[in-house]
Formats: sequence, C-alpha cells, structure tokens
Amino acid sequence: MENLNLFIRSIFVDNMIFAYFLGMCSFLAVSKNVKTAFGLGVAVTFMLVVTLPVNWLLEHYVLRPGALTWLGDEYAGVDLSFLSLIMFIAVIASMTQLVEMAVEKYSPSLYASLGIFLPLIAVNCAILGGSLFMQQREFGSVWTATCAGAGWGLGWLLAICAVAAIRERVATYSNVPAPLRGTGITFIITALMGIAFMSFLGIKI
Amino acid sequence: MAEKTDNRQVFLNPLSRNNPVVVQILGICSVLAVTAKLEPAIVMGISVTAVLAFSNVIISLIRNTIPTNIRIIVQLVVVAGLVVIVDQLLKAYAYDVSKQLSVFIGLIITNCILMGRLEAFAMANRPLPAFLDGIGNGLGYAAILIIVGFFRELLGSGTLLGFQVVPQCFYEAGYVNNGLMILPPMALIVVACIIWVQRARNKDLREE
Repeated sequence: MENLNLFIRSIFVDNMIFAYFLGMCSFLAVSKNVKTAFGLGVAVTFMLVVTLPVNWLLEHYVLRPGALTWLGDEYAGVDLSFLSLIMFIAVIASMTQLVEMAVEKYSPSLYASLGIFLPLIAVNCAILGGSLFMQQREFGSVWTATCAGAGWGLGWLLAICAVAAIRERVATYSNVPAPLRGTGITFIITALMGIAFMSFLGIKI
Repeated sequence: MAEKTDNRQVFLNPLSRNNPVVVQILGICSVLAVTAKLEPAIVMGISVTAVLAFSNVIISLIRNTIPTNIRIIVQLVVVAGLVVIVDQLLKAYAYDVSKQLSVFIGLIITNCILMGRLEAFAMANRPLPAFLDGIGNGLGYAAILIIVGFFRELLGSGTLLGFQVVPQCFYEAGYVNNGLMILPPMALIVVACIIWVQRARNKDLREE
C-alpha cells in the first residue's frame, strides 16, 4: 500500500518534468511528434526501472557509511559515500550500453526508430536524478525504489506524450508570435501544464 | 571548428549571440530548479563554470588519446570526478547552500552543456581556446541563472540575497508578494520571456 501510494505520487505529484524539470534537454528536443516522444519515454521508463534498484543495492551494500559490514567487522567504519556520484553514473552508462546492444540484437526495427536517443539516455538528468532522489530520501527497500522508478518513468512518458501532442497541434493550427516559435512556446506550454499538475498536490491513496 | 579560431570570439560569443541556455537550449533542468532564490543561482553558476572550464581543458589535453568508441564514458568520468570535488568543497565551506541545491550539484554531471561543449569544442581544439570556451559558456549560463533568480526572488519574496528590498510601506499600501513566482513552473515562463526578448532583437535566431 505504501509502495502503491509512492508509485501514484511519483507519476502525478513528483512528476520528473512538471515538478523537478529533469530531463528537459531531451524533452525539448524530442517532443516534436508523439511517435518518437513515446519511444523515448518507454526507453527512459525502462532505464529508471532498471537502474534504481541496482543503485539502491549499491548504496546499501557498498556506499553507505557502515554498508560494508557484511565483509567483516573491520570494514564497519568505511564510508564510501563520496563515490556515489561516480558509481551511479557508471551504472547508468553501462546499463545504457547493455540495453542498446540488447535492443540492436533482438529488435532491429525499434533500434532504428530510436536511433540517436538510446545512447543519449545516459546523460538524461531524469535517470541520474532518480538515483540521487532515491539516495536523498532513504527509501526503505529495493521494492520501494523500483516502484518509485516505475512511477517517475511513467510520469516522464505521460508528460512528454502530452506536450508532444499539444506541440503538433500548435505547429499546424495556431499563429504564434515569430520570436516565440519553436522553443519559446514549448516553454510556456510546459509551464502551464506544470501549473495544472500542481492540482494533484496532496493526492493520497 | 577545427581551424584556428579567434580566442576573443570564442570567449564572447556564448555570452549572448550563442548563449548555451536560450539559444542552444542546453542545461535547462538546473536553470529551472535552482533559481527560486538568487544565492543558490549564483553558487550554481560558479560551480558549473568551474567544472566546465576544467573539464574542457582536461578533455582537450587528452583528446588525441581517447578512443572514439568510449569517448562518452571517458568524458563522463572526467566530469564526474570534477563534480565530486565541487560537491565536497561546497559541503565543507557552504553547507547551507549545498543543502538547498541538494541533488542539483550531482546533476551537473548530466548537464547537457558539459557534454555538448566537450563533444563540439574540446574534442577538436587546443587547451587555451577550450578553456576560454568553457569560461564563456559557463558565464553565459550563469548570466541566465542570475537574471531568472533575480526576478523570481524579487517578485516572489520581495528580497534579494535574503535582504528585504521591497519597502515596508508598499506592503502597508496593499502590495502582496506574488507567490506564484516561487513555484517551479514560473521559471519556465521567465526563461520563455528571455527567449522572446532575445529573438525579437536577433531576427536570425528565430525558428520556423
């Protein structure tokens, strides 16, 4: 129940795009049409679901002060937390490489349609941000971390698809002032969506 | 970019004509998240400038020995190392600000400005231009952060760097702080306004 609540909150209240603005670079670059936006959203969701539990295990069995106690009592005082940034980004980069190879082997058509976005996921702030929030909020178990990862991923997917759909319409039907075309109007659309999403504050199951 | 570039141009271009935030649209995440107050915005700007300048120099020094296939990993490791140093320094000397910035110092690693400049400039240029490019882009980024932070803190809390700026008699006359400016979405609107002003002045930057 606790985890379900966290999952729902991660989608709507703690939405990666509308509440924290993480992963904005690829969000702005890829949200021009719904199809590619959906592909990238799925890839980001998958990466979050995979990397969050792995980084949780790393955090709890390697990095935290006293986490190495399972190796023997003489390691109980070791504090490796200053290494966490490097470890997290290494996990994310290698996972991206792994996913890329797997997708290339088993589904060449999906690989072709995602193209350049797959390797770029390694530097998507939403993924590293997920791991850092996990560390900061001290999630209790590996399941909690997985649920939060799935929620953040789906929230990101939802956000990018919604904004991409609006952008498609805006590009065809509306007369935007010339200096605001493209990037400017996307910022404003995202801001208005963000304000709308604030109405989910306080949601609880 | 491989030919000899004018150092002055390299340094000055990113400040306005080719600003990393409002023209190249890189590194938006942190612009939006840390600018509710002016102080964290300034600290963030300085941190990014330092990391960008030094990682540009390091990558530029070893650019001929990096194998092409694993260059992203090499770049990430260099940047992550520098960010760890900045993170520890801030924790030691500016703990309050470090608390406010929370995860966003760590997120400098995935700041697109860094990867963008390393790929586009440092991999193809000698260390001195790379250093100037790093400083220029960092300052361009910091300038936007400070503009956004200035307006959000002034209109949202009536303070600047924590000091009361809007005089008390304004409040007595019925002036109220605009609480909306503190909320994250307003950062997007402020950046959109900066883009609007800049593109209204430079017609060639407009998109179709």
